[in-house]
Amino acid sequence: MDYTASLYATGAEIGLSIAGLILLLVSAWTGTRYARLVTILAAAALFGAMIFSGHLMAESTAELTGDAFGGLFRADAFAGFAKILIYAATIACLVVTPKFFDARRQYRSEYPVLMLFGAVGMGMMVSAVDLLTLYIGLELSSLASYVLASFARDDMRSSEAGLKYFILGALASGILLYGMSLVYGFAGSTNYLAIRIAFADGFGTGAMFGVVFVLAGLAFKVSAVPFHMWTPDVYEGAPTPVTAFFASAPKVAAVVVLARMALDPFAGQIASWQQIVIFAALASIVVGALGAIGQNSLKRVLAYSSINNVGFILIGLAAASAAGASAMLVYLAIYVPMTIGSFAALLMLRDEDGNALETFDDIAGLVTRRPAIAWSLLLLMFSLAGIPPLFGFWGKFVVFQAAVEADMIALAAIGIAASVIGAFYYLKFVKVMFFDDRTERGIATSPAGHWAVLILAAVIVSPLGYLLTQPLGAWADRAATSLFIPV
Amino acid sequence: MITLIVFLPLLAAIIAGFGNRALGNTLAKSVTTGALSIACALSWPIFLGFLSGTMEASVVQVLPWVQSGTLTFDWSLRVDTLTAVMLVVVTTVSALVHLYSWGYMDEDPDQPRFFAYLSLFTFAMLMLVTANNLVQMFFGWEGVGLASYLLIGFWFRKPSANAAAIKAFVVNRVGDLGFMLGIFGTYLVFQTTSIPEILEAAPAMSGATIGFLGYRVATMDVLCILLFIGAMGKSAQLGLHTWLPDAMEGPTPVSALIHAATMVTAGVFMVCRLSPMFETAPVALDFVTFIGAATCIFAATVGTTQWDIKRVIAYSTCSQLGYMFFAAGVGAYGAAMFHLFTHAFFKALLFLGAGSVIHAMHHEQDMRYYGALRKEIPFTFWAMLAGTLAITGVGVYHLGVGFAGFWSKDAILEVAYARGTDLGNFAFWMGTFAALLTSFYSWRLMFLTFWGKPRWADSEHIQHAVHHGHDEPEEHNPAIQEDAGHDVTHTVPSPNYSAGTGGYHPHESPISMLIPLGVLSLGAVLAGQLFAPAFLDSAAFWNGSIFYNEPLIHAMHAVPTLVKYAAFIVMVLGLAAAYLAYIKDTSLPARGAEQLGPVYRFFYNKWYFDELYRMLFIIPAFAFGKAFWRFVDKGMIDRFGPDGAAWIVTKGSAAAKRVQTGYVYSYALVMLLGLVAAITWVLF
Repeated sequence: MDYTASLYATGAEIGLSIAGLILLLVSAWTGTRYARLVTILAAAALFGAMIFSGHLMAESTAELTGDAFGGLFRADAFAGFAKILIYAATIACLVVTPKFFDARRQYRSEYPVLMLFGAVGMGMMVSAVDLLTLYIGLELSSLASYVLASFARDDMRSSEAGLKYFILGALASGILLYGMSLVYGFAGSTNYLAIRIAFADGFGTGAMFGVVFVLAGLAFKVSAVPFHMWTPDVYEGAPTPVTAFFASAPKVAAVVVLARMALDPFAGQIASWQQIVIFAALASIVVGALGAIGQNSLKRVLAYSSINNVGFILIGLAAASAAGASAMLVYLAIYVPMTIGSFAALLMLRDEDGNALETFDDIAGLVTRRPAIAWSLLLLMFSLAGIPPLFGFWGKFVVFQAAVEADMIALAAIGIAASVIGAFYYLKFVKVMFFDDRTERGIATSPAGHWAVLILAAVIVSPLGYLLTQPLGAWADRAATSLFIPV
Repeated sequence: MITLIVFLPLLAAIIAGFGNRALGNTLAKSVTTGALSIACALSWPIFLGFLSGTMEASVVQVLPWVQSGTLTFDWSLRVDTLTAVMLVVVTTVSALVHLYSWGYMDEDPDQPRFFAYLSLFTFAMLMLVTANNLVQMFFGWEGVGLASYLLIGFWFRKPSANAAAIKAFVVNRVGDLGFMLGIFGTYLVFQTTSIPEILEAAPAMSGATIGFLGYRVATMDVLCILLFIGAMGKSAQLGLHTWLPDAMEGPTPVSALIHAATMVTAGVFMVCRLSPMFETAPVALDFVTFIGAATCIFAATVGTTQWDIKRVIAYSTCSQLGYMFFAAGVGAYGAAMFHLFTHAFFKALLFLGAGSVIHAMHHEQDMRYYGALRKEIPFTFWAMLAGTLAITGVGVYHLGVGFAGFWSKDAILEVAYARGTDLGNFAFWMGTFAALLTSFYSWRLMFLTFWGKPRWADSEHIQHAVHHGHDEPEEHNPAIQEDAGHDVTHTVPSPNYSAGTGGYHPHESPISMLIPLGVLSLGAVLAGQLFAPAFLDSAAFWNGSIFYNEPLIHAMHAVPTLVKYAAFIVMVLGLAAAYLAYIKDTSLPARGAEQLGPVYRFFYNKWYFDELYRMLFIIPAFAFGKAFWRFVDKGMIDRFGPDGAAWIVTKGSAAAKRVQTGYVYSYALVMLLGLVAAITWVLF
């Protein structure tokens, strides 16, 4: 692949980086005055990148012409699918952000810039076909995330969240990097294709250590059990729009990277990682369900919900097949609007003084006060629980179908049984909102942007979403197929 | 035509039921009563056609119902002599009861519902009697059961009415289980549910055996006994009779229609309909005879001791049904059907007459507070007298005249004697003794109600009426509402505030109640005389619709004269005893009851059946239920199912919370431990 083609394949990342740098300069010169404008421009840049990624994916030249920059970067359909989701999620998070900080007059124009850089890093992650590209992308997005987590500097919890995230993230990075060095040491290359060839005929103990360390490092990013401990604390402490962002875009990126890592360089050694993934999947489902039950904080519940959902996604990975990978992508595509919609609803629940309503007690009898929010949340929660007429069911269905097709019936059965436990706290939302006596705390009116995101998410997860199954399935299948290229 | 007869009541029920309040009382009543009158008017020509021999049996297909493999049956309406008899009985009594209810239920707030239920019942009953297959018969069977449940519990604000409705339903379920098993078994054996096909194939099956509960038993006996258990439930035979007296909680017209004339005779009808089948099952027939005779005597003994006017008649019904069954059991299906036919008239008459008395006495049902009503409500008195003469079987054999009951009951007793078997003799003696008791309790009812001195003053109902007037709705007894504000004239305390009357003046019932009484009186007087030759002696009349035992009928006519007079003699004895005890020397009953203490109490408490069932079934059932609830449901299913799962989840979530300390170092530790565990797993 020549330079022109390489530049074209990385067009989205390059464009976003340039946009990010310009907007950084703008915000440095103008301070917070044009924060709103910067946000809009950042969203526009992301939108452009999304269109470009979609265009690339439709063309999908990568499969034919090879990797950009001599085997560092691959703009295949798999990455394209992930990027569209990541950019879309980032845009949605940007839309709901400014009004949140307005109440506290804390909004700064660095925020959208950080989001942009985070998105660039994630785009690089999902396109990486070299350990170094992966690490750069991952660190870029992580650093942006650490800052975002502690963006509300005056808030103790936000600072604490940022610090915790940073320390544990650094530990995970260390584990990941150590694993990479081991892999490089035993494979003699950092390129995925070369690693796959080197490991095709089995590997020694050292290389196995490397593989496990790499996977563990990535498991931290997807917050799979037992590397999930940071999730509830960080999700609770971070400002809610940031939490929405954490729960959506980075999760997509990390899952996709994990899938590419497991199914490309380590594809020859499925047996060595499959057991770990199965354990992580089931443990995530169970811990995600159990952990949420005792919580009163809505954000913590949603944090555990994201752990729970990751478990279901990992079932698709455990299947280690094209169908499994496709199922993961479909699940992600449904998970993103579900989770962003839920957080958008949370964002809208504020009293007249701008304080967030963050506990179950606060949303008691919500249906009598804000019926539209309550009904949207009902759809979202039923969808998260995977109750059939809603779209969330479809995601769970394809994942379990992939597992069953891969002869992992026991895994699917346990997963389905465990999802019942999860249904408890999703239904608790509904019970509290619809059947409990209302509390007298007033609720402020919500801005149009929040409404737009919430309604869009609610429509997607509603049974209307099934109109999307055909194109979504087709795109996910194409993306998954592109992952499995022969050596 | 038959389609119209059957479906008009359904149509009326739907209109009145769904129209309900929107329709208004008068319209709902007119629609239902009109539909029933038309049905009745259409039924009589059919019956008369069969009587004169101009009608032939026919089957009208309505709709195909089920076609599944070899199991095929349709909705179809069969009309033959047997059906025609039932048609006139059902439609006539139903139409009269509808009319009667105009007066009786006049003040009830829920009249459209009442009339809709009545019409619905009539429809179900007609489906039952026109059924050409066992499944449709079962449909009608359950339909009448449902309507009976709804009507017994019509005053659903009264707890005792609800309890009675549930009791009727549950006891009937026991019988229905037998009926269902019978239907299943019949299908198993004959591969069809079509009644004509079964009856045709039945004789070939006699002698066949089937494994049942580990024994080889005769197939037909098993099937017939199972079917008869269904009949026992519906017709309140000994063992499954307990619901019938309690069913008197329903409005009196309901008792007349359902619990005297029609529904309770469904069992008799079913046995007669399937008579060729029963004829192949000698053991089953003996069983029928025994149960019939035992019920007959049992209910009669209880009837002699009851004080509630409706309960006396209810036990009387039970007893008369026993007659019908043992008639069928000894093979005289014609006699059984004849008694069913005449009984429908005089028992409906007695019930409606009792209703009229109750109406007059302001809902007092205890005969101890009646007395001397002969002059106050003369029309009711004469009607009741006709009914009593009919039920006690007044008639003289050699003159060839008698009231309805004379013809049918004497025929039954004679045929039981003529049967010549031990069981036949047993039935004869039981029946004769029961006839004595019938006469006694019927005259006792008459004497207590219409003769003697007024004893009204002690009645709470009467006192209520006198002191409070009728204007206030009375809450402790919803039944009273129907009468509220009915008659202002006798609310004024009489200056003659003497001991007996308590200042109360009974009033004769309105004309809508008296017309049915008049019509039924006619039936009670004449039905036997007119139709005895056809029902008893004419194989041509039945025309194969029931099993007709020609030699038995000849033997019946050849019994000794004393046997022919037995019923009459015991009737006179009963009358004399009742006269002695309740007119001549009114202290006699009390002294008698005292002297015969245990026996009296045994009878008075209905042979302790309710208590026995309570001990045998209800208490153990509750205990079982409680035990299952406590040990199986709570202790095992819940404990290891939902509760256990919830316990694990709670513990698990507590553990998850405990691990989530909030300290970075413990998080890091968990991560590293996880990493180590993963590596260990992969390595080994």
